[in-house]
Amino acid sequence: MDQIITAVVAVVGVPLVLLGYIIGGEKVMERLPDRLQGWARPYFWALPAVGFATIFMVYPMVRTVIISFRNNDDTEWIGLANYKYFFTFPDTLTALRNSVAWLVFYTFFAVFLGLIIAILVDRVRYESLAKIAIFLPVPISAVAASIIWKFMFDYQPPGTTQTGTLNAVLATFGRDPVAWLITGPFVNNAALIFVGIWTAVGFCMVIISASLKAISSEVLEAARIDGATELQIVRLVVTPLLWPTITVVGTTMLINALKTFDIVYVMTNGAYDTDVIATRMFSQLQSSHFGRAAAVGVVLFIAIVPLLIVNIRRFQQQEEQR
Amino acid sequence: MSAEVTTRRESAVERGATALDNLGYRLQRLPLHLVIIIICAIWIVPTVGMVINSFRGLQDMSQSGWWTTLFPPHGFTLESYRQVLAIEGVAPSILYSVLITIPATVIQLTIATMGAYAFAWMRFPGRNLFFIVIVGLMVVPIQMTLIPVLQIFKVLHINGTIMAVWLAHSGYGLPFEVFLLRNYLGGLPREIFESAEVDGAGHSTRFLRIAVPMTIPAIASLTIFVFLGIWNDLLVALTFLGVSAYRPFTVVITGLVTSFGGGWQFLTAAAVLQMALPLAVFIFLQRYFVRGITSGSVKG
Repeated sequence: MDQIITAVVAVVGVPLVLLGYIIGGEKVMERLPDRLQGWARPYFWALPAVGFATIFMVYPMVRTVIISFRNNDDTEWIGLANYKYFFTFPDTLTALRNSVAWLVFYTFFAVFLGLIIAILVDRVRYESLAKIAIFLPVPISAVAASIIWKFMFDYQPPGTTQTGTLNAVLATFGRDPVAWLITGPFVNNAALIFVGIWTAVGFCMVIISASLKAISSEVLEAARIDGATELQIVRLVVTPLLWPTITVVGTTMLINALKTFDIVYVMTNGAYDTDVIATRMFSQLQSSHFGRAAAVGVVLFIAIVPLLIVNIRRFQQQEEQR
Repeated sequence: MSAEVTTRRESAVERGATALDNLGYRLQRLPLHLVIIIICAIWIVPTVGMVINSFRGLQDMSQSGWWTTLFPPHGFTLESYRQVLAIEGVAPSILYSVLITIPATVIQLTIATMGAYAFAWMRFPGRNLFFIVIVGLMVVPIQMTLIPVLQIFKVLHINGTIMAVWLAHSGYGLPFEVFLLRNYLGGLPREIFESAEVDGAGHSTRFLRIAVPMTIPAIASLTIFVFLGIWNDLLVALTFLGVSAYRPFTVVITGLVTSFGGGWQFLTAAAVLQMALPLAVFIFLQRYFVRGITSGSVKG
């Protein structure tokens, strides 16, 4: 009950407080001399957002780097020991390997299938219906998606009735059931990555489809008149024109792949060699190995830095065009 | 535009000149339809299968696949739902999810809108630098921040409270929202703001009377997006409320999945309850939802 009241107070109160901040602040500001006013006002307006970002992101990032060089109790400097642990401990190396697999296969297939599906459904009349079907997993949480796929991957010993959809399909073809989530390291990681792809393709498709619609049909018509086959058109005309969008979507997918946590945590919790960097980090955190956890976080961040630079470059290019 | 339509129509007429040609054309397109239908099936069947399973008896679920229910006797029952809701902590966790999601969404969007206005319509030294930092923060993995934020909450004595999660979500969500709203606000016509300024309207009036009302479409899309992001979140809640009494729905479900070895089947009902809200939002507010996604990344 207390929690409900606090929530209601927050929902009503925070906008009111900000309103008061704006109106009250502006009242104070108007009394200031003109020059001071012009200098102070923008910072006054930007302060709440910048302050939040500083407290919850910038400061913690700096702290995490510091913690990663310190022991668990944060009492002394231990140099690179936490990093050394990360790059030598077998379990973490497995996680590193799996994250690379996620990075490559999740990204490639999510974008590739998104592109192919966008191009295919563009040619049929029931396009919007097909798109809804593909997009359906996007709003579903990774937790729910994991339960959905636990049923798909369900495994019963050979000879008994298979209740899992995939193994039942295998059974109708007279094949032995596969323990999808246990057989490692190839099958179970591939299964998890596929669940990731399943949740992501709709996102890629929607964005690629939006820029596909922007390609003028005259270009395509001209290619057809020149005698290009549909496959050539897709390969030589459509894909190059979509390339900027594909790189944007690809960057987003790379970042998602590196951050992958929910699906692995819920479906296997890293068992049978399915750990990824983010689940590794969380298990270190849970066992209060803060130094090691911080080091994992830093490694994850360093992996993302190139993508961060790409994003900033793209932003700067867009700003020049404004 | 209309010329284009006519050429298209003409070429279609040519293609379908005779009935036989028409048939050939259709046959040619058969693989296309097949591929699309197969892909759609792969994308839909898992969800449909689980939803059907959630309405079956526990015995049925562990003895036969969901597809057997498609033929009589169906044996639909609400047993799973009853059983899941009877587990201690499950029903309250749905309430906690609501109590986490709504305030967190409101808090971050009000702060973001105000910040975005400053970045869009005010000039100040360091503006570009600040904004580039914000663009960079959008992709920083939150793993990079969890430990220090946990320590901040401990110092403030709000560790394990719902308020802590509001703050954490707000901090993590702000960069993206400020970025998106600033682009939207910056695209509004300059003349409106200038004429308001000439008429003597201060920044607070310009913000509240012009900027906010004109940004409502963007805020609406963003609200849906942010709301569902928090509703579906696992990592933040697990980190800051993992052992608290106020664990949200996703955390409680995850706990049940990992703690039940064999008899986890009835959790289908929990999954259906958890995804009912996102799916309803997607179905009824599809346009806003998709717009939120596309505007976020095509321009980002």
